[in-house]
Amino acid sequence: MGSYIPSNETQRQEMLDAIGLAKIDELYSQVPSDLILTGGADIPEGKSELSVSRLMSKMAEENVVFPSVFRGAGAYRHYIPSIVNAIVSKETFVTAYTPYQAEISQGILQSIFEYQTMICQLTGMETANASVYDGATAAAEAVAMCRDRKRTKALVSAAAHPDVIETIKTYCWASDAAVELIPVKDGVTDLAALESMLDDGTACVYIQQPNYYGLLEDGEKSGEIAHGQGAKYVMGVNPIAAAILKTPAECGADIAVGEGQPLGMPLSFGGPYLGFMAANKAMTRKLPGRIVGQTKDSNDERAFVLTLQAREQHIRREKASSNICSNQALCAMTAAVYMAAMGPDGMKEAAAQSMSKAHYLASGLGKIKGFELMYKGEYFHEFVTGCPCDSDKLLKHLASKGILGGLPVSDGILWCTTEMNTKEEMDDLISLLKEVCG
Amino acid sequence: MNNPSNLKYTKSHEWVEFTGESTAKIGLTDFAQESLGALVFVNLPEEGDEVTVGESMGDVESVKAVSDVYAPCSGAVTAVNEALLDAPELINESPYEAWLVELSNITDQEELLSADEYEALCEEE
Amino acid sequence: MELLFEKSIRGRSCSILPKCDVEVTTLAKNHLRQKELPLPQLSENDLSRHYSALERRTHGVNNGFYPLGSCTMKYNPKINETIAALPGFTQIHPLQPDDTVQGSLKVLHLAEKYLCEITGMDAMTFQPAAGAHGELTGIMLIKKYHEVRKDAGRKKIIVPDSAHGTNPATAVMAGMTVVNIPSGSDGCVDIEKLKEAVGEDTAGLMLTNPNTLGTFEKDILEITKIVHDVGGLVYYDGANLNAIMGVVRPGDMGFDCVHLNLHKTFSTPHGGGGPGSGAVGCKDFLTPYLPKPHIGVCDGRYNQQYDCPQSIGKVKAFNGNFLVTLRALTYIITLGSEGIADAAKNAVLNANYLMKRLGECYCIANEGICMHEFVMTLANEAKEKGITAMDIAKALLDKGIHPPTMYFPLIVHEALMVEPTETEGKEVLDEAAEVFLSIYRQAMEDPKWVHHRPTHTPIGRPDEVAAARHPVLHY
Repeated sequence: MGSYIPSNETQRQEMLDAIGLAKIDELYSQVPSDLILTGGADIPEGKSELSVSRLMSKMAEENVVFPSVFRGAGAYRHYIPSIVNAIVSKETFVTAYTPYQAEISQGILQSIFEYQTMICQLTGMETANASVYDGATAAAEAVAMCRDRKRTKALVSAAAHPDVIETIKTYCWASDAAVELIPVKDGVTDLAALESMLDDGTACVYIQQPNYYGLLEDGEKSGEIAHGQGAKYVMGVNPIAAAILKTPAECGADIAVGEGQPLGMPLSFGGPYLGFMAANKAMTRKLPGRIVGQTKDSNDERAFVLTLQAREQHIRREKASSNICSNQALCAMTAAVYMAAMGPDGMKEAAAQSMSKAHYLASGLGKIKGFELMYKGEYFHEFVTGCPCDSDKLLKHLASKGILGGLPVSDGILWCTTEMNTKEEMDDLISLLKEVCG
Repeated sequence: MNNPSNLKYTKSHEWVEFTGESTAKIGLTDFAQESLGALVFVNLPEEGDEVTVGESMGDVESVKAVSDVYAPCSGAVTAVNEALLDAPELINESPYEAWLVELSNITDQEELLSADEYEALCEEE
Repeated sequence: MELLFEKSIRGRSCSILPKCDVEVTTLAKNHLRQKELPLPQLSENDLSRHYSALERRTHGVNNGFYPLGSCTMKYNPKINETIAALPGFTQIHPLQPDDTVQGSLKVLHLAEKYLCEITGMDAMTFQPAAGAHGELTGIMLIKKYHEVRKDAGRKKIIVPDSAHGTNPATAVMAGMTVVNIPSGSDGCVDIEKLKEAVGEDTAGLMLTNPNTLGTFEKDILEITKIVHDVGGLVYYDGANLNAIMGVVRPGDMGFDCVHLNLHKTFSTPHGGGGPGSGAVGCKDFLTPYLPKPHIGVCDGRYNQQYDCPQSIGKVKAFNGNFLVTLRALTYIITLGSEGIADAAKNAVLNANYLMKRLGECYCIANEGICMHEFVMTLANEAKEKGITAMDIAKALLDKGIHPPTMYFPLIVHEALMVEPTETEGKEVLDEAAEVFLSIYRQAMEDPKWVHHRPTHTPIGRPDEVAAARHPVLHY
């Protein structure tokens, strides 16, 4: 049986003696006796570390790791610089608690302050929080931030990620608030429809940039339309794309959110990921979750603390705007290290290459009948093509060659490239598709 | 403690200055600011809002706590002390000058205490 | 110590990516950002040194005793980290077809199976990313349950005044109103007050057992019955499960749904504030409402089921903090049936022993045996000598011991909540007790001394008032 209990039998007996008990089970004398499990929970016996290692490694081997990945749809395989894992696997960072005791937590606090700064630099917004669970919950929290007594309805682009839409819907249902989807036209949000949907009960408009289909939305115009009717404007952005695209701030967003996974976190079958949230000055105090601020200590030296805590649940309780307590601290540090390692040029390069390779692949696929682009607009690193044959069969065949193909969506297949896809890989994919479906 | 005798007081430590037939200024007492400690932020209602006697109409924050500010009477908010948004410490420094809101069209009001009655209440607490 | 931005030197970089091997695409100017991206420019050596310096200014479980009440800062086993770093787990895209992720689905299935056994539940989801997230999911299950029964008028959630702030905040996020009930003098639920509070508009009760004082609610069966009798459901906040896992099951106590903090009870590390995982378990009748997908198994093959018409939807994208769930499973498999119960019993033993030692000077709020944590109060010392819980905590910082949880639960004045966990040896407890006691004695003799603590930490006491009045939230 595996155990992390250091005290030996003698020490345990000494402790029992000091308390005045004979047996350890007497500690549960307050518990009604028929609630006590005789024999413990019905799970297997414990194991030594070596046995556990074998068992769990076997489970890992039951997964298929694809050498070649052309699927995105909310989770992206980018290159993670070695320095990232070297830093975020440091035992002290991994095992530390939330930095409530500022005097011994300056390391964590400073790293979050740096992360907050970088998110502000990336999005152009005024304030960022210390992170929330993921991009979907960030969107849901942003929608909640925009509600007030008169305006409670959220208008969400149907071209946003389906999981983001679903999460916003679930959160809004919980709060008894309405959500309406803005229809899609030619793969992007139908701004004419948006205009007709806005009224004085609309709290916010949520647009994803790039959207689920990889297409670029008109970020600025969407904001103008929203503001024109007194609604707030929330943009969900891809952080790699943000290195080169017009920032949410430049588009007039009140709040910018997004999925930070591309910033140094591996695919991990979905988590842990990172929800970043940034707001303009007016919305700053509405941000949920932890925020680190700069101050001075008793010796007049610069110091960092968790601040604006009176917004949070441990102080406001039922008056808090959000119940969030834990954040994704270690993932926020991961993102900060990634952005620092890549630097401005590296970030722009990752973005440029992801986009360029997508255009290269789309061009090559477009030469095969039936694999033309479904939509005409500009796109970043994802695009939808038709599929002239059975997509299931096709993807299975690609899988047998070690390729995770694009994601089947209603209109076809959603392909993705990042800086990780080589020209050779893409040429191989194109040849394969020609072979199978051409 | 020096509670000005021209003001009225509530059991929840607000002071009220009737400025006209049905208008009044509301603030927090010295006792309140002392027990709350250094204030860092105030959340006030907006001009035009209606407040109801006995209900919370805003709150004040210190670093580790939040305290409701209760409406001593029903009415409409005609003015809000914007200076407090940037300098909530004014409430700590001069509680009887740092008014929070001005109400008009006052209808219901709860039983208000005189300065002496309020001082007696504070001594008990 | 400088910030990354202050160390930045123009032109410095790490060389990470090769040149682009295809033609470079450019976008029209109106799509592009106008403002330059001002991220810091540093070399890899700069980064390595910077974060090593930050590491020295951080306090992990590896640096010393961490008796934070309600947080369960137990030792984080390294085998968990090794397994969570296997490429077979990290390189998996969440949208891979089911037949290529049998390993990950097996992890979720086994974690569900074992944790259901431990908690006495019938199904579990690992989608919530943290405890509070799990609470919200659990209360949403209750909300949905009443909605389906056409009894959506039930809008009240009862919460004891000793509860963690996330409980009432969660209830409000779920569109409910909070009914606070005062605890009895022993910190336990006041049965009479509970009876007064329940009614036809009761959606449910949120409770943790042991409670936030570290005492077992011995009337728990009566409590859950009172709520069930009026048609409400009972929700278990699993933050304190470390006291009873493998010994008592929430499902047997009458709870209908639970959340677990995998980053507390099940040894996954805290990461400086996250990522955690707030698994949510429920009884059969609530299963249809769980977030989708469910993990199903058929003929030994696992699959993700999205056809769940009564599901509340999703509380997060994809499958929750999967690598955290994986760590928890590794831990459960390591400890096994005997080890899980042993961990709980020794957590309780350690807490009672430390409580006995500290009781030599400190005033203990608990009566009799405590569970895995106990609460001390400095209320008298604060009144008589101006020595507060904060002062004791700051003095502990100088001695390399992370202070206990301060000022929680709210029902105890000047509270310090101590939770040693089972992963500390007796000698660590003895040493810590000596430190706590000597600080107390010195403070009582010379209160001025304690007000100036800490003096051996990277910074002195920070000015939190200035930080909140004039927020500076980025460089």
